[in-house]
Amino acid sequence: MSIDINGIRKSFRRRGHAPQEVLRGVDLTINTGEFVSFIGHSGCGKSTLLNIVGGLVKADSGTVRIDGQPVSGPGPDRAMVFQNYSLLPWLSLRQNVRVAVQESRPDWKRARVDEMVERYLTAVSLWEHRNKRPGQVSGGMAQRAAVARAFAVAPRTLLLDEPFGALDALTRSRLQQQLVDLWDSESETETVLMVTHGLDEAILLADRIVVMANLPHPSVRTTIDVPIPRPRSRTTIMHHPVYDGIQKQLVDLLIADNDAELAEAAAA
Amino acid sequence: MTPRDATPSAVAPAVEDSSPSQMSTAPRAGAGTAAPETSTTDIESQAPAPTMGVEAGGQRGRATADWLPALGSRLIGVSVTTFWALVGLAVFVALWQLATRNSATVPGPLDSARTLGDLLSRPFFHTTNDKGIGLHLYISLRRVFMGFGLAALVGITLGLAMGAARPVWSALNPLVQVLRPVSPLAWFPIWLYIIQEPSQSAIVVIFITTLWPTLINTAAGAVAIPRDQRNVALVFKFRPLAYLWHVLIPNALPSIITGLRLSMGIGWMVIVAVEMLQGNSGVGYFVWNSYNALELDKVVAAIVLIGVVGLVLDTVLLRLARWVTPEEVHG
Repeated sequence: MSIDINGIRKSFRRRGHAPQEVLRGVDLTINTGEFVSFIGHSGCGKSTLLNIVGGLVKADSGTVRIDGQPVSGPGPDRAMVFQNYSLLPWLSLRQNVRVAVQESRPDWKRARVDEMVERYLTAVSLWEHRNKRPGQVSGGMAQRAAVARAFAVAPRTLLLDEPFGALDALTRSRLQQQLVDLWDSESETETVLMVTHGLDEAILLADRIVVMANLPHPSVRTTIDVPIPRPRSRTTIMHHPVYDGIQKQLVDLLIADNDAELAEAAAA
Repeated sequence: MTPRDATPSAVAPAVEDSSPSQMSTAPRAGAGTAAPETSTTDIESQAPAPTMGVEAGGQRGRATADWLPALGSRLIGVSVTTFWALVGLAVFVALWQLATRNSATVPGPLDSARTLGDLLSRPFFHTTNDKGIGLHLYISLRRVFMGFGLAALVGITLGLAMGAARPVWSALNPLVQVLRPVSPLAWFPIWLYIIQEPSQSAIVVIFITTLWPTLINTAAGAVAIPRDQRNVALVFKFRPLAYLWHVLIPNALPSIITGLRLSMGIGWMVIVAVEMLQGNSGVGYFVWNSYNALELDKVVAAIVLIGVVGLVLDTVLLRLARWVTPEEVHG
């Protein structure tokens, strides 16, 4: 399912500050089956854009169409994974997944619900911990449960908002692998949008990287294709001939941005 | 200047060995704050002072002269905390005795203790125009529980509705704010006139008294749903029942219990006053009646009993609060 993002604008106003336009006319088409990463400095609006696609935030103007249908609110066809796990603390991991599936897929039979819960909790190797509550497991396990929850509702699009940002490097790389495995194997999930702060993560996972920026640049500064064949491995990907070029391009864009910001701050 | 020259030197090595670069560490700044569940766990801080008497066991043995309480507690075989409690009680009783030693009418501690013993020796006697103190207490407790139960039902329901739906909040909040500071006794004449039956009027007054703390605390707990949990409910299309059961009630539960505890405390205080006005039964009536007969020793005995019953009620609800408060959630 293709996602058409058309002329999206969004401002935030804070008390005592001039309104800040974080999304300044974003146009983007994401094809079915694509894995797209969004990268940029804090405040560039990448999470806001993701939330608009997810239906959690309303744009000031512009439209998001999914297979031609305008987005009017959240829905299980666009399951989300948030940075801080967002599990309900009083429910076990299994109940967390199960309740989400039951609620978002009311037409599914009980057997189907049970099957999906078990399949994805097993896929993220949490089935034996299914009866623990979020407070009783590590952050990595909690985030795996959140990933399982998102996949278990069989979304065609997955929206990930810095999903691994709060995890240590080892856990993060394991989860990145699990995410890709789930995405291109059995699941019904075709398209993935992921907001990230990690350059390496973006290159490792994405087919295309959308670089976003603060003023004075346009919101979407550029998009970079990552023509590295899959399956990719974190150890060998950097030997691919295009890897260095992409990374250098990203660093230049993001660091140059940062320098401009610092100069502006110094002048003010 | 080439782009590489523009790269701050601190970042350059990270780029070359392609370990996570400067950017990738940024989101970790928020890692420690990721627990979605900090606002609802601090029930103790919401609950004001009344718990003090129950659990003041925390600070012991700070003073330099530790040997005195240690010796004292060893001698009579109790803990240091209990020892100090007994010391406080003894000082209080001594001052009381001192203050009333020359008075014929105001009872001293000994008279009062004797009267309390008398009252407790036959708590449930019942003649045509007299009742035992146990019966009066039972009548008062029944009134409080009926009014309180009704208020809990209405207050929790309305409070959850106020927390869940902005219009309900806007519609009810001004009303609540105006009515809340009104002394519940001011309502008594109206209800007495409408209902024409003093005992039921007393229950209605208790209902109004105990409604506000429950309502306000429930509403406050129900609006403070962490954004994460609201987002989860939105993304996964929680239907109203699931939202109520898995999000709204669990989040509001600690403050609901706090509200109930406050309500019960106030209800138990107000019933005494209502029964003084209403004047046919209950512990408040007993107090007023004893005053009219100039039996102040009975008044003092009743005050002791009212205090003990209030403490028991509060302790039960405090236990309940501890039991439902969710464990700390860590990331």
